[in-house]
Amino acid sequence: MSQDTGPSVWGVALRAKSASLDVRGLGALADVRRRGLSHIETIRATKLYFLRGRLDRAFVERLATDLLVDPVVEDCHVFEGMRGDGAGEEIRVEVHRQPGVMDPVAETILRTARRMVCHWKTQDTARVDAVQTAWRFAITGLGNLTELEWIATRVLANDCIETAYVDGFGRSDSRPVDFAHAPQATFAKRTVRLLSLDDDALATLSRDGHLFLSAAEMKAIQAYYTTLGRDPTDVELETLAQTWSEHCVHKTLKSDIVYRGADFGRDGEIEVRFDNLLKSTIVAATQELDRDWCLSVFEDNAGVIAFDDEFGVAFKVETHNHPSAIEPYGGAATGIGGCIRDIMGCGLGAKPFASTDVFCLAPPDWPEDRLPRGVLHPRRVLTGVVGGVRDYGNRMGIPTVNGAIYFEPRYLTNPLVFCGCVGLIPRNRIAKEVQAGDHIVVAGGRTGRDGIHGATFSSSELTDTHVDEFSHAVQIGNAIEEKKVLDAILVARDHETGCLYSAMTDCGAGGLSSAVGEMGEKLGACVDLDKVPLKYAGLRYDEIWISEAQERMVMSVGDENLETLLAVFAAEEVEATVIGTFTGDGQLCLRFDGVVVGELGMDFLHNGLPREVRVAEWRRGEPKTASPVVADVGSRLLSALGELNTASKEWVIRQYDHEVQAGSVVKPLAGRGHGPSDAAVVRPRLDSDRGIALGCGLCPEMADDDPYEMALSAVDEALRNVICVGGDPARTAILDNFCWGSVDSPRALGSLVRACRGAQDAAVAFGLPFISGKDSLNNQFSQSEQEAARLQMPARVSIPDTLLISAISIIPDVMCCVTMDLKQAGNRLLCVGGFVNRGLDEAAAIHGRVAAWIRDGKVVAAHDVSDGGLAVAIAEMCIAGATGATVNLDAFGESVEDAALLFGEWRCCYVLECSAGATIGGDAVTDIGCVTDTPTLTVSRGEVTLAESSIDALSEAWRRPLAAVGGV
Amino acid sequence: MADVRVLIVRGPGTNCELETAHVWEQVGARTRTMHINALRDDPTALAESQILTIPGGFCYGDDVSAGKIMAMDLRLFLSDALRDFVSAGKLILGICNGFQVLVKTGLLPGMALGDGRVTLAFNTSGRYEDRWVHLAPVQGRCRFVDGDGPLYMPIAHAEGRIVVKDATTLTTLCDAGHVAFRYVDEHGASGDYPVNPNGSTDHIAALTDDTGQVLGLMPHPERNAHPTHHPLWTQLPKDRTPDGLRLFKTALASLR
Repeated sequence: MSQDTGPSVWGVALRAKSASLDVRGLGALADVRRRGLSHIETIRATKLYFLRGRLDRAFVERLATDLLVDPVVEDCHVFEGMRGDGAGEEIRVEVHRQPGVMDPVAETILRTARRMVCHWKTQDTARVDAVQTAWRFAITGLGNLTELEWIATRVLANDCIETAYVDGFGRSDSRPVDFAHAPQATFAKRTVRLLSLDDDALATLSRDGHLFLSAAEMKAIQAYYTTLGRDPTDVELETLAQTWSEHCVHKTLKSDIVYRGADFGRDGEIEVRFDNLLKSTIVAATQELDRDWCLSVFEDNAGVIAFDDEFGVAFKVETHNHPSAIEPYGGAATGIGGCIRDIMGCGLGAKPFASTDVFCLAPPDWPEDRLPRGVLHPRRVLTGVVGGVRDYGNRMGIPTVNGAIYFEPRYLTNPLVFCGCVGLIPRNRIAKEVQAGDHIVVAGGRTGRDGIHGATFSSSELTDTHVDEFSHAVQIGNAIEEKKVLDAILVARDHETGCLYSAMTDCGAGGLSSAVGEMGEKLGACVDLDKVPLKYAGLRYDEIWISEAQERMVMSVGDENLETLLAVFAAEEVEATVIGTFTGDGQLCLRFDGVVVGELGMDFLHNGLPREVRVAEWRRGEPKTASPVVADVGSRLLSALGELNTASKEWVIRQYDHEVQAGSVVKPLAGRGHGPSDAAVVRPRLDSDRGIALGCGLCPEMADDDPYEMALSAVDEALRNVICVGGDPARTAILDNFCWGSVDSPRALGSLVRACRGAQDAAVAFGLPFISGKDSLNNQFSQSEQEAARLQMPARVSIPDTLLISAISIIPDVMCCVTMDLKQAGNRLLCVGGFVNRGLDEAAAIHGRVAAWIRDGKVVAAHDVSDGGLAVAIAEMCIAGATGATVNLDAFGESVEDAALLFGEWRCCYVLECSAGATIGGDAVTDIGCVTDTPTLTVSRGEVTLAESSIDALSEAWRRPLAAVGGV
Repeated sequence: MADVRVLIVRGPGTNCELETAHVWEQVGARTRTMHINALRDDPTALAESQILTIPGGFCYGDDVSAGKIMAMDLRLFLSDALRDFVSAGKLILGICNGFQVLVKTGLLPGMALGDGRVTLAFNTSGRYEDRWVHLAPVQGRCRFVDGDGPLYMPIAHAEGRIVVKDATTLTTLCDAGHVAFRYVDEHGASGDYPVNPNGSTDHIAALTDDTGQVLGLMPHPERNAHPTHHPLWTQLPKDRTPDGLRLFKTALASLR
């Protein structure tokens, strides 16, 4: 081919040689059938790669053969243009990514193809400029166009990030002929008219500009610019909106609140004022406890506690709710990716060694015809978020070891995704301080138009049009980019000449604006936005500044270390670029091509947010009447085991690598029968038997009655979980994540106050310092009245008030850990605690005793009594141990009726299997029976058998519900 | 005896290099871990080592297909050095993603039949799975296999199903002694999923080459190398020797 030939586009189509090898097609088929279109016969998938550049057939065929096709399992077809494949497929859907959406596979192919061009020495004749990937699905058995379009948009593509080209039943979409390009912008400095605006116009500007600032906040900004005597530039206003967003600054939890209503943990009513709610409850608990093993709390990206003499452990739990609602896979992946970066950017860098995930979703069997417009089906959300956590966590090589899935219909429109990460950090790498004159270095992925307005988006309510309005807020992750960044950071942190940077943080919500704004808070910073490496040309300066493109870290680097640092990152194939300086003048200065486009005082940016006093009220409602119960204990036990919130999550757990890094001690599945572990134990150092336990507590079902009690229960459950595997309550720290529907009414705010106070009281009573937290307080959805009427739903739907407590506990010797599976026939079974509402001090004493018995080797199996009560807890221990038990309720006496004993959910309640010969007794301990070697669970009262069930039947009831969701 | 040196090669997305190095050290070898780009620039590290190990992970994100891009790197830049390495009687171990790399470079099964006859395809389940499996060793020339078994260790992969081009390939694999381990149940009998966790042809879990010096396996022996790795360790005696160590010890012994 001669040099003067213009660029051309070529396609490579790969199809599995047989249907049984076509996992993508089979997966889509199973999905479609499960969601109601059981008459669909086949779906065959074709993988498409498009190459653009100076290319000819011989070159593309060589590239396909050497790089793209696996000849054992795939057939390959090379064609010119983008439409030359798929002849003979009558009904088909071709799915392309929208321009600007991250495509890691395409990036890898482009890089490798360029390497091959060099190696083959064909630079003079061939050149690859760009790569795109796509999928095509040929479908048979469809009935009509409606079904085809439903499959295209509901199963195969998400129009938030992808475009589906549909052919069949008279519809024939025109597939692209060339690569699409992201829109280009030319540079122009823009100011926003602000000084002259009245209140209405300020409100309009806040809403239409997606700033989501309150009237008081807009007026404070107006006043600031009035003193400066000028209007703001667009990027200044954006910076303020990002920095002042609920997501970044937690202004509700930090506001001053006057609370009126029911007292906390006592009868009667009170009025009390909280100056900064968070500080006077959650943080106050930590200050009161004042533990010397808390090394960094509420300051950094994550909380840090002492692990051993050399290391601390950093723990953070994040939410990523709104992105996961509109693009579950990408939302959850970037959720875990962002939380991992929090750990990487904690102190001077922690090495992540375990992740956690908790999802709150609507039941996966939700009727398709009751789905509001703009809302994804919960089954799709479930498989999407599981896939996102799986692919990001597994690729990062961080085991996902603990979590929970909670199903409740009110999470339909606003699913919750909590991602946690734990890292190991040298104790001399926790403190960091930016130095004046340091270079600002951004490292990792390039900046694109993905994830614009994520911070403000997540601070707003969702609506039925949010998909159209906020698709730009969604990010797609690239785990390998982040892994490379991590590898480079660890080399730079532990460099033989000392740490090569003075401070570091991650680019999360708000992008560079938050990261640089935060790091430069005390000193000031000047940034040349044109120096930021871009994925494609043509971004506006304000887009560069606030883009939440993933996998980026910001470091401050002294002159003397710059060259070495850049070399370290280059060796790991990570781009690192100087984009400015931390100045020392207290100003934030933004430039583009040398023109100043923004100038803000750091003091106003960080301290100018007006404080508001809010009113909170909460009064006790009518207690809910108990629902009628099935009389027969045996059948009630089987149905309790099959409740979605109790049922086995094995289908999910096995998709996560929970053993990489070889630190696994207590796995999420316990015993021969793969029962549900209470908590995970991980050994983060290969050369030490010291470990940590991770557990969580979540009881949103209690929030409607009293959020104070919900918080007590969540803390209690999190603590019990870590104690059950061998955690030490005296070395346990906790984290909070508040997810509320809204906080715009006194009642909702009152609920938040009660939860904070409950968390505080439990933390103090149990001696558990809070070390970090994160809130998400806008989880509601609004739709039109007609749509609401059609669906028989309210026009505004809110989640239940939800508090997740995560616990981390140090374990001095992992060889002393226990698991929840029953071990040995003849061993005694004890029930400890429960059955009356005990005071917090009494509960604390019980937790301490149980932990001591486990530490002293008196217990060989321990399990906490939670969802489904005592009966379910014992049944789960039998399932896990693949062995039976006989239980007799006589020792409880007659004061509590059988159903309440067996199925009631109580705080501070455990089932323990004693080791042979051990004696355990005292207050709140009840001998309930023993382990047997027959595979049967028998429950009796006196001579009367209440239930008798084979372990196989229990196991089947427990496994079936969610296996049906995930099975292919 | 002289120290055996193990070279561990990592690339972007490799994530099991630390624990793999730790196990080699545990059994008495000395290790050095290198980025593939550094090795490409300075292949002398190969000459200084007796064992090459490609650990697990998601090298280059498994983009295109698992192990493919790193295999391209090895083929383009190090094929001669690797051929010399094997000719010199040295050993190569590929675990999980490393196995996928070795298959896609053609180092495994390395049959006279030529490349492109065996691959590791998506699991029949269509999903990534983390699950413990039993492995029956196939007595033969493989230097990592001592014949005792079954061994117990976890798999953690999405693309681990051995698929062969045709029946002749399978016959050759079996008859010419390329199979090193097969998936079995705890009593040593073959079975369908989950005993065979990925739908592998003929239950094959691991392959060796013509010389027996190269082993690739999907399961992770380095994840059963500490007493608390075993899923049932709380029921077992605490002084057991974990199964995963055996493979590393056997290889080391064969060099001494």
